[in-house]
Amino acid sequence: MTTKQRQDVIHEAKFMDGDEFHIAVFKLLQQDGTLYDGAKAPKLDKEKALRIYRAMLFTRVLDERMLAAQRQGRLSFYMQCTGEEAAVVGSTAALDDDDMIMAQYREQAALAYRGFSVDEFMNQMFGNEKDYGKGRQMPIHYGSAKLNYMTISSPLATQIPQAAGYAYGQKMAGQENCTLVYFGEGAASEGDFHAALNMATVHHAPVIFFCRNNGYAISTPAVEQFAADGVAPRAFGYKMRVIRVDGNDLLAVYQATLEARHHVVKHHHPVLIEAMTYRLAAHSSSDDPSGYRSKKEEEAWREKDPILRMRRWLESKKWWSEEEEKSLQEDMRKDVLDTMKRAQKLPPPTLDSLFTDVYARPTPALKAQFEQLKAHIRKYPEAYPKSADRLDDTSLDDTRPELEDSTNIAAKGEA
Amino acid sequence: MAKRNMLQAINEALDTAMAADEKVMCFGEDVGGFGGVFRATSNLQEKFGKARCFNTPLVEQGIVGFANGLASQGSIAVAEIQFADYIFPAFDQIVNETAKFRYRSGNLFNVGGLTIRAPYGGGISGGHYHSQSPEAYFAHTPGLKVVIPRNPHQAKGLLLASIRDPDPVIFFEPKRLYRASSGEVPESDYELPLGEAEVTREGSDITLVAWGAQMEMAEKAADLADKEGISCEIIDLRTILPWDAETVAESVFKTGRLLVTHEAPLTGGFAGEIAATIQEHCFLYLESPISRVTGLDTPFPLTLEKEYMPDHLKIFEAIKASVNF
Repeated sequence: MTTKQRQDVIHEAKFMDGDEFHIAVFKLLQQDGTLYDGAKAPKLDKEKALRIYRAMLFTRVLDERMLAAQRQGRLSFYMQCTGEEAAVVGSTAALDDDDMIMAQYREQAALAYRGFSVDEFMNQMFGNEKDYGKGRQMPIHYGSAKLNYMTISSPLATQIPQAAGYAYGQKMAGQENCTLVYFGEGAASEGDFHAALNMATVHHAPVIFFCRNNGYAISTPAVEQFAADGVAPRAFGYKMRVIRVDGNDLLAVYQATLEARHHVVKHHHPVLIEAMTYRLAAHSSSDDPSGYRSKKEEEAWREKDPILRMRRWLESKKWWSEEEEKSLQEDMRKDVLDTMKRAQKLPPPTLDSLFTDVYARPTPALKAQFEQLKAHIRKYPEAYPKSADRLDDTSLDDTRPELEDSTNIAAKGEA
Repeated sequence: MAKRNMLQAINEALDTAMAADEKVMCFGEDVGGFGGVFRATSNLQEKFGKARCFNTPLVEQGIVGFANGLASQGSIAVAEIQFADYIFPAFDQIVNETAKFRYRSGNLFNVGGLTIRAPYGGGISGGHYHSQSPEAYFAHTPGLKVVIPRNPHQAKGLLLASIRDPDPVIFFEPKRLYRASSGEVPESDYELPLGEAEVTREGSDITLVAWGAQMEMAEKAADLADKEGISCEIIDLRTILPWDAETVAESVFKTGRLLVTHEAPLTGGFAGEIAATIQEHCFLYLESPISRVTGLDTPFPLTLEKEYMPDHLKIFEAIKASVNF
């Protein structure tokens, strides 16, 4: 194969150290809600700006309430987006609503922006019978086919090469869409990340790689994650466009993603965005950051709160007020609490949900194990209170209509 | 009908699938213009274009990750891993992602459109890293289907069925047979059922279960046994997961004896799973302990490959031991 690389020749062993790749940070909005000198705000009308802000605020409210619920023992596990709302909502808002999002796990704000209802959030977290994931994954593993949000998977970084493949499929299907994939700077150390960037540039996939560089991978600080200048310079090695953006600056994230989307959809060439932000909260409800970072460091970042920055901008445009803020926060809190109570009371999925969706149709072995389990539960009903009194509601009948209902490839065999 | 070797049959299956559905795409290392190191994808790029049949970078986790995403989007992805020995960098994408896509999303998303093809097995002087049979690793993972054909006719029909199956399939091709095995293959578009074993020879004294290239060894052993008056029934399992316990049990009810043979090592091999299940179903019908003739519990060797392999003579001896128990 020929390459388009320049073949300059030198006759001295002169090493390059990559310092020339230092990447600046794109910023528009200052913490006081005013623009930097010479900065120009992206076109954002009042309606869209408020849709964005509501999603950010809702995410903060949801995170606060759910962490409290976890501490009260009502929920087994939770992960907060706190501190990264602008990075997530700003990028999602720059997409078309039918572009695909492949998230890592901390991007509930994207779902909130797309219109995932409070009920939908709660049903997943409580794994009740209305959970789309049928109570199979831990809390926060949301997914929505309707909202083009791929169901979360726990193994880190696996969604990154998948995004390249998904985007390639969109291109082949002639869609004028893209896939945006979120991941952290820690996940960017996995082989999957490197595989994905390489596959995507080589095969011209319309994908936006969005790194939330939030400073920590559980307890490992970014300085122990990589020796280089962050994640962004890696794009050069793959011949990919890249931008580093202030992840707490909603306007900058929005503008950068908007332009990235335009580029990937038009030219079928991926873009990497590195959003510099900070995970204000713990990694998860099982983590205690006081063991690895100082309150002082956290406080310094709290002063860069992305929600406050956005709110000040909205107020400067007279699109938002103190009263509206208070009243909306109160409504959201109440909504979250009321919905949580409702979701908690809903029954768990029925016993057949243990066995369905392993394959498109249940196998003979699964049918046999289902019958065996039912017989056992009938014998010891008190030991299996979630299922015992509902055994008659469940069956592994192959002809159930929902088996025909699969969103994408169900027709592979039948086509 | 035309006489074809296994590679030609596989090539025909891919050609047929790509011609029938423009959503089918074939990719992997050297799969494009070159047609793959074994030429299984010859002429496909020429016929269907570089967008549908292409080379990937040398990155197995990337190939399968990409394929997972492509299949979840609704395309039909046929990914080649150049040798089954090199499937392990993609292990996480296969067992944690491919296998669980439908289950973990409550059927909101699935990668049923994915087939992973990989040449597997010994007998080609391939040594350590070009000879392994990794089917048992994947058989432990609910949500995958694992399919292995024994000859060209089976290869075409099973591969077409795999590509069109609503579940993800790992399709292991016995590379020793790629050119060595030939036979009549219909030119038409046909499928053979997944999850169903096939009784390839009827017999009354002992049931031999095998798959892939090992079927030839079972047949040769059965011929030797026949000369000694022992009648063997032979079953090609064809699908390792989910496997057809019913057909095997039915046969063992009749013969009262079972021998399972595979190239992979003994310990943790799939023969153990078959033996456990069959003794559960057929305990009172068994005339002798279930026998396993397999590769050794060593890595696959180069020079002493013949000694390592479970061949027709080892199977023949095990048949006699079982019948004379």
